[in-house]
Amino acid sequence: MQIHLLLYVMTFKIKSLPKQSYSLKQQDARTAWLLLTPSLLVMLGVTLWPVISTFILSFLNAPTGINQARTFVGLDNYITMLKDQVFWETIGRTLYFMVGSVGLELTLGLAIAQLIHSRPWGWKFLRISLIIPWAVPTIVNGAMWRWIYNADFGALNGLLMQLGLINHYVPWLTFPGTAMNLVILADVWHTMPFVALVLQAALATLPEDLDEAAAVDGANAWQRFWQIRLPLLRPAILVALIVRTVEAFRVFDIVYIITSSGPANRTLTITYLTYLNSFAFGKQGIGAALSFLISIFTITMALIYIRFLYRPEETQ
Amino acid sequence: MRTINRICMMLFAIVFVIGAVGCAPKQAAGPVTIHILTMDQAGLKPAEIDQIARDFEAQNPDIKVNMEYLGYDFIHDKITTGMAAKPPAYDAAMIDVIWPDEFIKAGYLLDVTDRVTPDMKSGMFPASWNGVTRNGKIYGMPWLMDVKYFMYNKDMLQKAGITDPPKTWEELVDQAKTIKDKGVAEFPIIWSWNQKEGVVCDYAVLLYGNGGSFVDASGKPAFNNDQGVQALEWMKKSIDDGLSNPSSVSSDENAVEADFLAGKSAFAVNWLFQYSDSNDASKSQIVGQAAFAPMPVFQAGMDAGVKGSSVDGSSSFAIMATTPYADQTWKFLAYLASNEVQMKYSKEMLPVWQTDFEGDALKTLEAANPTNPVTVPAFLGQFPFANERPTVPYYNEASAALQLAIQEALTGVKSPKDALDEAAAKWVELAGK
Repeated sequence: MQIHLLLYVMTFKIKSLPKQSYSLKQQDARTAWLLLTPSLLVMLGVTLWPVISTFILSFLNAPTGINQARTFVGLDNYITMLKDQVFWETIGRTLYFMVGSVGLELTLGLAIAQLIHSRPWGWKFLRISLIIPWAVPTIVNGAMWRWIYNADFGALNGLLMQLGLINHYVPWLTFPGTAMNLVILADVWHTMPFVALVLQAALATLPEDLDEAAAVDGANAWQRFWQIRLPLLRPAILVALIVRTVEAFRVFDIVYIITSSGPANRTLTITYLTYLNSFAFGKQGIGAALSFLISIFTITMALIYIRFLYRPEETQ
Repeated sequence: MRTINRICMMLFAIVFVIGAVGCAPKQAAGPVTIHILTMDQAGLKPAEIDQIARDFEAQNPDIKVNMEYLGYDFIHDKITTGMAAKPPAYDAAMIDVIWPDEFIKAGYLLDVTDRVTPDMKSGMFPASWNGVTRNGKIYGMPWLMDVKYFMYNKDMLQKAGITDPPKTWEELVDQAKTIKDKGVAEFPIIWSWNQKEGVVCDYAVLLYGNGGSFVDASGKPAFNNDQGVQALEWMKKSIDDGLSNPSSVSSDENAVEADFLAGKSAFAVNWLFQYSDSNDASKSQIVGQAAFAPMPVFQAGMDAGVKGSSVDGSSSFAIMATTPYADQTWKFLAYLASNEVQMKYSKEMLPVWQTDFEGDALKTLEAANPTNPVTVPAFLGQFPFANERPTVPYYNEASAALQLAIQEALTGVKSPKDALDEAAAKWVELAGK
């Protein structure tokens, strides 16, 4: 893949060289296509084909197995899921996770980005240390938080005991109303730095003169942030929102490790339901249909964001 | 420009050459490598199995064994995804006693009936063969015979002034109250009741100990009858009364072990591995304090003639149907299950050979490891009461419904009766499909 990447970069370099004649340009284009072919073939193989294959699978009754007959069932898999109460409960739960997680990440991320941007003492250390939670693999993060929340040995209980906020250890992950919030907290710790870094990078590129002019005109810090920086940050917020919303809606690994969808399905998310159907229950058709329902939802969310937040004139 | 183009063309050619070499058919030269998937939890530790594999390789220079270890929870899905590849990702895998029906239906398991020798067939426990035999065909090699055991902490019971471990769950409640009141343990009992298979195993222990069963004679779900509901109500009450550790609802067997080995629980229900770990000073703060007692039953169950109750947690090794190396793999599995190997490593896992538990062989077995004089009688006392979970191809989904029901009852989301009724309805629906 690295070689493909190199070829890809070189193609662009060739393209950017001054063109001497039309025929040379044609020659360039041919070379470019030739060079891109291996990458395109790989991409078709690893991306497009599985998508098509899964799409076909979603219309089949496809039990797991090497000798299992697959029968065409039309839209049955989709209809079964859309009629299933568990599906809608799971969608609701996933939306709760998504809104909670992305909302907190955006709020905290923006606050921290603004803090770093104002360059207080130790801001460089803060920026570097932000990368650590983000660099930790999700699976490791999940295992770490499972121990933090552990009822008998967990650091959370230890901390709260020392602060005098609780007088005996609490089995946090056994409460139906609490478990999802704790998963959200673990996820926010892990991915908020991404949002903070994206927004901080965007803040760094904003023209200072606008801010200064507003200050001269008598706008206070809050007004300057709210009415000047925030609108200018909109494209960066849009990127962070789309990336994080899509990721949060497809949350799986952190739930798998921390709660395994318990207690009593209270942390069962839509991707977890897809996994259960596809692998644990051997219903690959249902799993494929669920995958496409997830895709439809995430694309819709992205389109809504772009419709309401994207202003082409601001990016020019 | 021309130079750049030439360089690019050369790079392009290199990519193609590399690709072509990568796709070239592999020559079958040198020793054959077989890939075996097994668990890193109950039974032998990875280092021990690795040693067995190296010993096997020394005796069979034409076969190399590549072991892969995973937590129990990941094995099932690894097998199903591994079977999508041709040849399969694994030549053989450890299979739990609840999976054969699903895997046989899926065509994953090789019929090894003709490979089993009469010595193996007659020497190993009939129960171990039952686990891998369907319609007279054998689909695996017995490997680990395990049941849930009742273990208690001798020192903690002594501190609370209790001389004998409980025989019934009602006695356990009384003893746990004493232990709690005397401040010996905040939560005297720990269970694996998180939303995984472990909770079904523990429920099976209690259900059958109350005279109940998963299904009736006609195969219809029966766990939502009075015996089943009472067992679940008892589970819920033991948490509400502060006798069972409330963290049980989020604990698997490893968490149960961690709690018991830290000296926080006086009673724990777990697989055999917990006992040897309890005597391992690097993991345990209760070295020498753990002891076995027969699994208690409910008084009502005892009155109805129930003499004991546990759940079968045995596993075996099965050869994947599409492997090109069935002969080599079987050779290794036969070595793994051989009397010699099973006897040598009997500290973590008692042999599947019934012949080892008789006559002079029994003396040899008891002398083979320092813990064997304790674990052998415990096994012989408990295994005959091992109950089976339903042997149906849709077991995983049925179990998931039951796991959910139990968790809903334990967390107070639903009443035990309503929750179990819903799970039973799901079982009926699954059976009808």
